[in-house]
Amino acid sequence: MPRVLRSASLLGLGVLGIGLLSGCVANSPAATHTALTVDSSATDCAVSANEAPTGSIRFSVTNSGDQVTEFYLLAADGLRIVGEAENIGPGLTRDLVVELAEGSYFTACKPGMTGDGVGKAEFTATKTDAAATVDVDLVTQIDTSNTNYASYVSDQIDQLVTGTDAFAAAYSAGDDDTARSLYASTRVHWERVETIAESFGDLDPKLDLREADLEEGQNWTGWHAIEKDLWPQDAEAGFVAYTAEKRAALTEQLVADTATLHEKVQGLTFTLSQQTNGAIGLLDEVATGKVTGEEEAWSHTDLWDFQANVDGAKVLYDGVRPILLKTDADLAAALDTEFGSLQTLLDAQRVDEGFRLYTDLTPAEIRALADQVNALGEPLNQLTVALVL
Amino acid sequence: MTGWTGSKRAESSEAGSTKPAGTARGLSRRGLLGLAGASVAGIGLGAAGDRVALAASASPGEASASAVYPFYGSHQAGIVTPAQDRLHFAAFDVSAGVTRAELIELLQDWTVAAAAMCAGADIGEYGAVSGPYDAPPEDTGEAQGLPTAGLTITFGFGPTLFETADGVDRFGIIARRPANLTPLPHFPGDDLDAGRSDGDLCIQACSNDPQVAVHAIRNLSRIAFGRAALRWSQLGFGRTSSTSTAQATPRNLFGFKDGTANIKAEEPAVVTDQVWVSADVGPAWLTGGSYLVARRIRMTIETWDRTILREQEAVFGRTKGAGAPLSGGTEFSEPDFTLAGRENEPLIGAAAHVRLAHPTQNHGMKLLRRGYNFVDGNDDLGRLEAGLFFISFQRSPAQFTAVQLNLAKHDALNEYIRHVGSALFAVPAGASPGSYVGAALFA
Repeated sequence: MPRVLRSASLLGLGVLGIGLLSGCVANSPAATHTALTVDSSATDCAVSANEAPTGSIRFSVTNSGDQVTEFYLLAADGLRIVGEAENIGPGLTRDLVVELAEGSYFTACKPGMTGDGVGKAEFTATKTDAAATVDVDLVTQIDTSNTNYASYVSDQIDQLVTGTDAFAAAYSAGDDDTARSLYASTRVHWERVETIAESFGDLDPKLDLREADLEEGQNWTGWHAIEKDLWPQDAEAGFVAYTAEKRAALTEQLVADTATLHEKVQGLTFTLSQQTNGAIGLLDEVATGKVTGEEEAWSHTDLWDFQANVDGAKVLYDGVRPILLKTDADLAAALDTEFGSLQTLLDAQRVDEGFRLYTDLTPAEIRALADQVNALGEPLNQLTVALVL
Repeated sequence: MTGWTGSKRAESSEAGSTKPAGTARGLSRRGLLGLAGASVAGIGLGAAGDRVALAASASPGEASASAVYPFYGSHQAGIVTPAQDRLHFAAFDVSAGVTRAELIELLQDWTVAAAAMCAGADIGEYGAVSGPYDAPPEDTGEAQGLPTAGLTITFGFGPTLFETADGVDRFGIIARRPANLTPLPHFPGDDLDAGRSDGDLCIQACSNDPQVAVHAIRNLSRIAFGRAALRWSQLGFGRTSSTSTAQATPRNLFGFKDGTANIKAEEPAVVTDQVWVSADVGPAWLTGGSYLVARRIRMTIETWDRTILREQEAVFGRTKGAGAPLSGGTEFSEPDFTLAGRENEPLIGAAAHVRLAHPTQNHGMKLLRRGYNFVDGNDDLGRLEAGLFFISFQRSPAQFTAVQLNLAKHDALNEYIRHVGSALFAVPAGASPGSYVGAALFA
């Protein structure tokens, strides 16, 4: 199912991702935070205090003006953005939680979201015993992980194109055995980067729509339409095998849409928060579609997809893990454990180059996989906060 | 003949009394007593007496417990009635071999029993504990000592009552079937369970006390044994809509206020325009009635709970705390779908639920929503079997279909929900004392 909003935000501004780059530090063990209020009016940006101890600070920004406003926390140079709360509608309150190291900052609001803003004022984070320090190496590591992930996405889509071409050739030629053998192993490349592939809202329904997601009268294309024809054993009574013409049309469309996808992922760049949210999104795909056996309704090759989603999440995690080790080693240890446990469960279902069919799994085996997805999901969802805030 | 009037609950009648409160003769209850055929008679007097007694006994400030809504009226109760906190909804299939006369008799028996329960009375002549010692009690008894807590009982007729899937007109009413009383279309993403969908008849029982609502369905099911059998049923524990401006907007299991822009009873023109079937729309027997859509919407709340607040608010287009639209203001501010933020993107996104469900995006069509939260234990994967039991009333099923098609195709919420049950019923107008629900259909 298309991930409409998260996908959009994944490729959007990634406003969260700038935190670390600009001097705040994640995850001090402080149990309490300093709570401040900000009144963003048409002419002012009144913060309830102009200093606070280092550590977690929560700015509750209320827009008392009549335009959409933004609140900025700027570094000592008055330019670099340390944290921001954007798109605050009139009358609304939004919280910005930041982790501040000792130093001088500026607060400012920008009603109307244009111009230089109003009410720019100095803000000081005062040193406490537990004050954290900033590791400048992190900036380099983040850049590296962002670049590496872009390469990974590009590589997976390259392999998807190659595999799709071979699959399409076999299927349109009527070589069903070969097509069936290539189906799951090719889709792995889609599933590994599913949240990226799905972010192109017009392509996803063409390529990956399930029959249940169709609107009445809608033309069904993509992988699952072909899947049903290759594995018709569970199809409704009266299902008619596709004609050669229909096969040709479906494969042409599949190849063309995949080529379009290939074009679209060229030159993509990522931020840290896009990476962490991408990992969460992939695990959500497992939880909602794969562990339930709904994704591959005809071939029952759901565990291939399951593994591929986990592969993609693990790549994202591994990319940011060196940073996490510095900001929250405990969380990294928990994630290592949970990823490992999930992989152990998946490995137990391996057969030759692939996996057992979903329909061959016992309820207890499915339950164990589902429980482990939840066990991994909770710490994984702390990743964004641990890395980015 | 055994009269089948309402009898006062023990706590509100004289100790040891075995006399029914009503004076008029009631209806037979073939299913329990083996009697058939009856004159139609109301229990209005007895019910009214009980209502007064109950209302008087409730202490001030216990409005939700002491509320009593008349069963009889021009419209059925349970539609514009301020939404109660609890639901027991049941769909029935008429049993094989039941005749038209027997179906009518069932509706008559249901009517009398429902009127009694809504008035705070036990069902039957002798009620729960005052009957013959060697007979099972007529009333199952678990509502003894409980006020009606605003009980309403609302009946509806499904498409299959008029024509079975095999095209059989069992009750001679196919010619009266409304043209738009046909099964809802398949919507994208539907994953419907036939065992939780459709039905010949439905009963919606709502109360502020869950046991009172369950008591109603339990006794009506018992009355129907041999004539109609439960097909599926659903408990709901928290209303998710307000149907009166006097009610605060409740929250769904996503933690959001939903249904802020619902049709409210205080908007009679909107109710008339959007909810009730008018004489010029017809059919004549359904005038003053409505159409009920029920959708069992499963929420994957475990995934939702792992979702960042930014996305949660973007999905709904409202703030999670106050429920204000992201375009600003307070809960009841009209959303501004054009107000833009960063990158000139609207603050309320194109796929936001509040945008897609809004009347301005649906040719002005509104639904009177009356849904309930549910948690039916957990599933095989250890996930809460949780969601929203969506109920809406509208003048035409087309209103729901248009809105739902828009949502099913575009709503960001689809990532976290799945429609697993679906049903449509025509809800006839209210009955008058002495008559029965749906009498016009069989006239």
